[in-house]
Amino acid sequence: MSQASTTLPRWIDIGLIPLINVLMALLVSGAIILMIGENPIEAVQIMLVGALGYEEGIGYTLYYTTNFIFTGLAVAVAFHAGLFNIGGEGQAYIGGLGAGLFLLMADSSLPSILLLPLGLITAGLFGAAWAAIPAYLQAYRGSHIVITTIMFNFIASALMVFLMVNVLIKPGQMSPESRVFLDPAHLPFAHEVFAWMGIKISRSPLNVSLIWAVLCCFGLWLFIWRTRWGYAIRSVGFNEKAAVYAGITPAKTVMLAMFVSGALAGFVGVNEVMGVHHRLLLNFTAGYGFTGIAVSLMGRNHPLGIVLASLLFGVLYQGGAELAFEVPTITRELVVVIQGLVILFSGALAYMSTPWVEWLYGRFSKRQAESRQEAA
Amino acid sequence: MVNPVTDRSTVLPQAEKASPAVLPAAIQLTRICKSFGPVRANHNVNITIAAGSIHGIIGENGAGKSTLMSILYGFYETDSGLIEVDGKPVTITSPQAAIAVGIGMVHQHFMLIDTFTVLENIILGAETSTLLNPGLAEARIKLQKLEDEYGLNVDLDAMIGELPVGEQQRVEILKALYRNARILILDEPTGVLTPQETTQLFRILRALNREGVTIVLITHKLKEIMAITDTVSVMRAGEMVAHRKTEATDAEELAELMVGRKVFGTIDRGTAACGEPLLKVTGLRVDSDGAVPLLDDISFQVRAGEIVGIAGVSGNGQSELLEVLSGIRGFDAGEIMLNGRQVSPDHLCDPKAVRGLKTAHVPEDRHRLGMVTRFSAQESSILGYQDSAVYNRGPFFDLSRIKAECRRLMDGFDVRPRHPEILSANMSGGNQQKLILAREIDKDPEILLVGQPTRGVDIGAIEFIHRQLVELRNRGTAVLMVSVELDEVMKLSDRILVMFGGRIVAEVAGPDADEKTLGLMMANAHGCTPAPADTHA
Repeated sequence: MSQASTTLPRWIDIGLIPLINVLMALLVSGAIILMIGENPIEAVQIMLVGALGYEEGIGYTLYYTTNFIFTGLAVAVAFHAGLFNIGGEGQAYIGGLGAGLFLLMADSSLPSILLLPLGLITAGLFGAAWAAIPAYLQAYRGSHIVITTIMFNFIASALMVFLMVNVLIKPGQMSPESRVFLDPAHLPFAHEVFAWMGIKISRSPLNVSLIWAVLCCFGLWLFIWRTRWGYAIRSVGFNEKAAVYAGITPAKTVMLAMFVSGALAGFVGVNEVMGVHHRLLLNFTAGYGFTGIAVSLMGRNHPLGIVLASLLFGVLYQGGAELAFEVPTITRELVVVIQGLVILFSGALAYMSTPWVEWLYGRFSKRQAESRQEAA
Repeated sequence: MVNPVTDRSTVLPQAEKASPAVLPAAIQLTRICKSFGPVRANHNVNITIAAGSIHGIIGENGAGKSTLMSILYGFYETDSGLIEVDGKPVTITSPQAAIAVGIGMVHQHFMLIDTFTVLENIILGAETSTLLNPGLAEARIKLQKLEDEYGLNVDLDAMIGELPVGEQQRVEILKALYRNARILILDEPTGVLTPQETTQLFRILRALNREGVTIVLITHKLKEIMAITDTVSVMRAGEMVAHRKTEATDAEELAELMVGRKVFGTIDRGTAACGEPLLKVTGLRVDSDGAVPLLDDISFQVRAGEIVGIAGVSGNGQSELLEVLSGIRGFDAGEIMLNGRQVSPDHLCDPKAVRGLKTAHVPEDRHRLGMVTRFSAQESSILGYQDSAVYNRGPFFDLSRIKAECRRLMDGFDVRPRHPEILSANMSGGNQQKLILAREIDKDPEILLVGQPTRGVDIGAIEFIHRQLVELRNRGTAVLMVSVELDEVMKLSDRILVMFGGRIVAEVAGPDADEKTLGLMMANAHGCTPAPADTHA
């Protein structure tokens, strides 16, 4: 599905073109900010300082980054199998539900050392199971996965509302939230971890899930490019007929890819439910699943690219929030517009600039070849 | 190093053409250059095509023939150089511009709409009126005149999809003539035709030529060049290496010019030492969505140490047969005995299990089946064997082993460039095919299924591949080969089966085969109700 250019060198394809896309988005954003009478340079400054300029801001940025890494990886692994998993949002939601249900059940009887890994596994399994249903429908019943995963987002959302309002709500409370988990079920915050080492940093929602996210990146890289299962996934994604010829069963491969994809999306629940809120609540996925599509596109479906793209989106989210706070005329909605523009240019229009860059590169390399010829 | 065959000094042919008045050349190209990134597809190409001649352009795949013609037809713009048509310099920026100066093109893959009639297809894009009907009536009159003039008989009201390939091609020619083309370019026109249809096409081309149409024939088949052209130009590696009058040259010289070295024509096959039948098919049937089955009542056997060739015009069930035998496709009736294992519609054998029976498969379509073009060469070199213990260490691939094995395959089959990391898509067709053959033959198969072993492969590589297949047979492998190239089938096969309409309509012993009878069988000219083929040769 991703159509990497075959004529351009890698550094242009994965480095320069995404950069051009972001710059184009910022240019249009700048024009809009100019039109409402604010200074775009100043706005960029506020965003950057808000996201990277002080400890708490960095903490928030990395906390958002963690979510984007999970959902970006989830979209990427499905992409490699030629599947468009739009259901990251629902899979993250159900993953969080899994972790929450397990912790609500077990937080009084098990120690941290068991609670936390088991909670993480449950989140992954729930997310994977939620993805497995559309995967089964695609692989064995021919229902298109784009349609079914979108529908499963709505089902997940409805299911959560039902459970939170009718079943899991803490008795005697108005807002639909579960009770807070006991302390052993909390993932350590970054500021807590640093405090154990004797370093004092500001409080922020950043927690140890980030480490797990980075491990997932490495793990997925190994899985996709260094194992026969990843080979099967890529074969099916690139050329299903050749995969069949090679004795690979596309249906099974689709199941496998979506299972891994759902599990990765489910880990958003680990960050949110186990790491930050310490209870089950509504809408903690906040669109991370959808943004994951742009992250994956921008990162060219490669874990390293996804980490970089996630950082960028982390900066946009955190910096955007600061911007809305600092400049009254730039409202929250306008910040969403800016984020939307970045998603538009680096996601939907990811290949818009490719022909121009190819043309320029062609001119450049020709001239270089000519001058080399002359020199010879 | 001076290569004796790179002879550029030969006199351009147009001067010698006997014509009453000295006409300007139909097409004259001067120092045409075209690069794609670092690849020089055409470099300083000069060519003169005399008005009223039949001019052949010959070269291996990737020599730059198609690029040159695409430039003439307005698909690409030149980087530099001059194009003159009828003595006047022109710039051709689109196919419309090409038509406007009188250049028409018949593509290798027809640009026709199956559900339109011949008439509708011809006027498509050249409608003369807002309402369709007056234009159609006008066109009908003009076309009937053209048909009479050139002896091109096509039923204007027939549906394209129902016409045989040869007639579809005539529609393409009519389409060009209808647009007043005086120069007709044909790109590999005989690839899809039977020998009889080819003869007919050549008759039409000669008739057109008599009426003054200049014809440019692009092909890699030497025999056709010798049969029909007046003059011939040879391309190699993006450059024009020679121009010749056809009567003053021969196939050997042209082959040498194309490849750039001497080519050996024949293969010493030795004698077949047939053993036990390893592959036995009885009463095989594959149903289609329609009433006519894709494959019907197929029975034959292949013994150890023989090559059985399947001849036929493509689309007569050969592809389906290979797919069934290799486990990609199921079947509805009959029985297959594959290296001792019984396969029936209820007990199918998937591609993995087929490989387990020491049966290797070189598929017909290497881009769609044989390799993943976006994999590196080393990744493509394990396709089908990716689960083998050789390539895996625990849960992970043993990359250094995969690379070493790939390099070994590349060395053994002279695959170039020798870079296991190169993208499969960036290898030439011949090298892709050699890598696939290396992958399959290296596993020492007892049965080899091979489809179109040399389609789109350069002459030099063809010879190499043929020798590999014969060697494999001499080592006792049962080889089943499907090919649309009659020459190839006749050259390699110990026995030849002819397929038509999903059935085996004839069987001939290899040495007894001749092109004409085989061609007639392929077209099912005798209209024989396919008798159950005699499987015991």
